[in-house]
Amino acid sequence: MFPYVSPEQQMKDRADFARKGIARGRAVTGLVYDRGVLFVAENPSSSLYKVSELYDRLAFAAVGRYNEFESLRRQGIRLADVLGYQYARQDVTGRSMANAYANALGTAFSESSKPFEVELLVAELLPDAVDLFHILYDGSISVEDGFVAIGGQADAISTALSDRFEDGVDRATALRTAHAALSSVEDREINADRLEVAGLDRARGRRKFFRMTTDEVTASLA
Amino acid sequence: MTLPPDSAPFDPSAISFTSTLRRVAPELFSAGDAGGAQRSVPAHVDGTTIVALAYSGGVIMAGDRRATAGNIISKRDMRKVFPADDWSVVGISGSAGPAMELAKILSTELEHYEKVEGAPLSLEGKANKLAQLIRGNLPMAMQGLVVVPLFAGFDLAERVPRIYEYDVVGGRYEERRFATTGSGGRDARGSLKARYEVGLSPERAIDIAIEALWDAADEDSATGGPDVVRGIYPLVTQTDGDGYRELNDDTVAARVREIITERRMTPIDGEG
Repeated sequence: MFPYVSPEQQMKDRADFARKGIARGRAVTGLVYDRGVLFVAENPSSSLYKVSELYDRLAFAAVGRYNEFESLRRQGIRLADVLGYQYARQDVTGRSMANAYANALGTAFSESSKPFEVELLVAELLPDAVDLFHILYDGSISVEDGFVAIGGQADAISTALSDRFEDGVDRATALRTAHAALSSVEDREINADRLEVAGLDRARGRRKFFRMTTDEVTASLA
Repeated sequence: MTLPPDSAPFDPSAISFTSTLRRVAPELFSAGDAGGAQRSVPAHVDGTTIVALAYSGGVIMAGDRRATAGNIISKRDMRKVFPADDWSVVGISGSAGPAMELAKILSTELEHYEKVEGAPLSLEGKANKLAQLIRGNLPMAMQGLVVVPLFAGFDLAERVPRIYEYDVVGGRYEERRFATTGSGGRDARGSLKARYEVGLSPERAIDIAIEALWDAADEDSATGGPDVVRGIYPLVTQTDGDGYRELNDDTVAARVREIITERRMTPIDGEG
């Protein structure tokens, strides 16, 4: 016989477990700028990405356990491509993708033996706005306004960002804002070659996703 | 909306869009299953002539704009040349429905791989994938819905243009100079053979492609020539180190006008 554990306690234990896992990694920040959305993360690896393209106007960013969010990323691309193939490209929306992720994370949180130790962002570029969905380990979902930080010392970075964030700035300014916020919390200057910078840009063609090279990041930070 | 089920980590088909489609939505995947032993195919639309030729540094692919259904011209401004991704191009001939589906599934497949893996396929990898897709269409081809595309692109690793020809059963053949497909392909090939030289300039290659389509239209009723009255011109694409792009109609129209003048000056035997 297992000892009795109340459902409240069970959920709390799981949430604590997931939160601890997520806080161990490094943070990802997302900022809206004049032509789209920019994700900036400290990432020592130049090939294991945290930010990725989902679909024409959709981007994905994640923190936590790499193998878990990588698998979620692939499944998201699969869903998006099948939807776009089945209907039309404009029918693949950030809301439908965010819902799918919330669904997957929520189900795992309440039903499987271990919840996902991940936190996700799904961004959709609209003609004159950006939808920034934030999905937590338990499947709860919220829409962020302007900027967001997830993983690592997310709260401290959020505070640092809220002091610095401005509406409608260009990409380089947004990058400097994120870099300053990340550096201030780490208490050291983060080098350009340790930054992963990617996002969505309205000025691009059908596929809005871009990834900045270290040289481009260095030039923007100078 | 729920995420499609994840597959085993070492399952190579997990990266492929077509395999994913077959797994998660088999009802959407019709290729290879035309149903029954039907011998005759109901009237449908056919697309016709595509030419591709390599020049120094890139490749031109061009297609006429006519689609036919039997002896009827069903469409005058059809697009038969599509970007497969930023660095490659596919031209389709044969049954228009399945052929356009093939172009769509190829471009989805290439983009899917690029997104999942974080890097594009090699040009040879893309050409092989297309061969597999054609092979998958074999049962439909046996019933008359034949699709024979032409594939070309810029090989980013070796920095050279490449052209690939296919046959109905998915055989893949690399061509170094030029290739054609479709009902007017034979005539276009003759025209290219007479004019092609190694180390062409891109401008000259574009002219030769337009002339080859013209010569095909001259001999083959299913291939459309330049339509100056309606302003419909062949679709001409260029793929080189800077990627895929399409020539705008005005540029093609100007080239066509020049070729018309040239041909007026030197009447062809048997004309008039």
